[in-house]
Amino acid sequence: MINIGLVGNPNSGKSTLFNALTKSRQHTGNWPGVTVEKKEGTLKHKNNSYNIIDLPGIYSLSASSEDEFVARDYIIKDNPEVIINVIDATNIERNLYLTTQILELEQNVVVALNMIDEANAKGTRIDVKLLEQRLGVRVVCISALKEQNLDELIETVIKCVENRKNSNVKLLDYGDEILSGVNELESIIKNCKLDYPKKWVALKLLENDTYIEKCVQECGVNNIKEIVLKISNKIEEALEFDSEIIIADRRYVAITNYTKDCVSKYNDEKATFGDKLDKIITNKYFGIPIFAVIMLILYELTFTIGAGLQEYAGWFIESIGTKASMYLEGIGASDIVVRFVEGGVFAGVGAVLSFLPLVMVMYFLIGILEDSGYMARAAYVMDRLMRYLGLHGKTFVSMIIGVGCNVPGIMSARTLENKKDRMIAMLINPFVSCGARLPIYLVFIEAFFTKSKGLILFSLYVIGIIVALIMGKVFSKTLFKGEQSYFVMELPKYRIPSIKNVTLLMLEKAGSFFKKAGVVILPMMLVLWFLSNYPFGVEEYSQFSILGRIGVFIAPLFKFVGFGTWQAAVSLFTGIIAKESVVATMGMLYAADGISLSAAIQFNFTPLSAMSFMIFILLYTPCIVTLATIKKEANFKWAIFTAIYTFVVAWICSAVIYNIGLILGFN
Amino acid sequence: MRTLDLIQIGESVSVKGIDKNSNIKRKLLEMGVTPGIEITVEGCAPLGDPINISLRGYRLTLRKQEAHAILV
Repeated sequence: MINIGLVGNPNSGKSTLFNALTKSRQHTGNWPGVTVEKKEGTLKHKNNSYNIIDLPGIYSLSASSEDEFVARDYIIKDNPEVIINVIDATNIERNLYLTTQILELEQNVVVALNMIDEANAKGTRIDVKLLEQRLGVRVVCISALKEQNLDELIETVIKCVENRKNSNVKLLDYGDEILSGVNELESIIKNCKLDYPKKWVALKLLENDTYIEKCVQECGVNNIKEIVLKISNKIEEALEFDSEIIIADRRYVAITNYTKDCVSKYNDEKATFGDKLDKIITNKYFGIPIFAVIMLILYELTFTIGAGLQEYAGWFIESIGTKASMYLEGIGASDIVVRFVEGGVFAGVGAVLSFLPLVMVMYFLIGILEDSGYMARAAYVMDRLMRYLGLHGKTFVSMIIGVGCNVPGIMSARTLENKKDRMIAMLINPFVSCGARLPIYLVFIEAFFTKSKGLILFSLYVIGIIVALIMGKVFSKTLFKGEQSYFVMELPKYRIPSIKNVTLLMLEKAGSFFKKAGVVILPMMLVLWFLSNYPFGVEEYSQFSILGRIGVFIAPLFKFVGFGTWQAAVSLFTGIIAKESVVATMGMLYAADGISLSAAIQFNFTPLSAMSFMIFILLYTPCIVTLATIKKEANFKWAIFTAIYTFVVAWICSAVIYNIGLILGFN
Repeated sequence: MRTLDLIQIGESVSVKGIDKNSNIKRKLLEMGVTPGIEITVEGCAPLGDPINISLRGYRLTLRKQEAHAILV
């Protein structure tokens, strides 16, 4: 199949285009670094199929972080049939910097000027014909979000496949000094076995690309560093700046020549609405309080909008449950089946599903935040504070993403250039409370803390973040010392969130929540239900069943922290498989008493032990998928380390809260 | 020669060069910080750091420590 790669700067809209072309629902957002992996999808056009590859954004072909290596290696090594270079038309000059380098590789390139509608609205006019002439490749104006002009883009790309050229490196005019340096280096490395074109490697050496330098060293040219330095010094003597600066400068000169007379801007000087908004949102005094208020509003809204919906959903599921068991009894199904459907399916899985609307509301609100352009501002506002703790501003972004789910939160640590920052960001992410833990808090808050629901929920998230930050500080002082990090990040333009985008994101999350309930939680409920009814003849859901005995065995571990019941112990254990199952397990085990889950919890917990339990849920061992992600991104050892240290931290925090609470006379 | 971290908010300056030994030289170059380009310091985050600047029609943020590598 024909491969078409989407390449461009971070936040230029590659994933939005990918979604539009392949009818997928990849995560998109208005900040640099949403996509950190290579994703593939199929475009169907006139009975033909094409393989579309979405790549992480890069500013140039010199990679420095994990996600950038993925994109660069794809372009240079995999040699796709066509590259669509996605360009943010509102920021054309800097976006073309990458284009100049892609054009040097002489691959089949089609430039997609994305967000052309936005650029036009801001007064930018682009003469596409002239730009095409100068770049020497086809240019198509599109709006990926509004799906405008995509047919023309597809047709152009297909034509490009038919007239395929052989790739062959053709450098820009960098001036005699640089070009003779390139020739000299090229002849030195001509016998090396490299995965990259030689001329390109020679240029990269003059740009001091340490990765390429290492590749050349490994294939036998040990003194390449000295050779490059000598050439570079010669260039610096002649031109005042070193080769790296000269090369970048010449590229920007080329861009100025490309855009001269064909890109014009009208209202360049006027302070835009976004600038004014930034003056307030990133303000010296108000920046951090505004951040806190935005998060508080997020949780309050989740409750006020979501709670009503949840009640309705709960009632709906219950009524179906009653009908289902009546129907089963009617057709004479065996008692065991009826009991399983009542206890395992409806009381268990149903308890989880009733939270679906609430979780959807939260994802919708987070989606709005992501699409507006605020995320990058949050990293900017928090960076200094984070640095006191030995952390990086972007770590904070990975934590906010973790609020949705820890898996993408951990993945997003790929955008951190520095290994130390990246490891710490991954290890502390599980303390950020994810969407799957939300139902558990809601059940407990509903049972004990009805007066200040939003506030309690908000403080749980804050506690999670504080613990994450403290552990981050500990790690940066102990495990990963000394590495220097830096913070250079683009601030995207504010944008009115696209309801379509946000809704798609929400539906995608809702879909996977639903799927998880069916694929993971339902089978697990089947196993648990069996274990809690076996050996047959024991009272169902009693401590004499196998499940009960296992629970009784673990329970003493939690006596000191306030919830030493076997049901709690079993629920926590199932929570490691998927956090939602804590609610499902409790729903099933307590349903035996014939009262509502909320009432059963009021009966089995005190406000203090409920608080301690919520803290434990917040902090203890993350779910198995999160651990698997840590294994994938780091290694097995770190995954095991995370599983254990989070459990210990959770136990200590809950023990402190419970016992201090007892001393203070709470119960 | 001054460095960018010392520039007042609201002031515009022209880039003269980048500190030769800076480990983020390439990052700055690919973001468009090249000799001769004009940079305006637009503001700073709470606690005075990082700063945000505008150049080539877009906004960039960087810490003072990184701004120190930009000669203006």
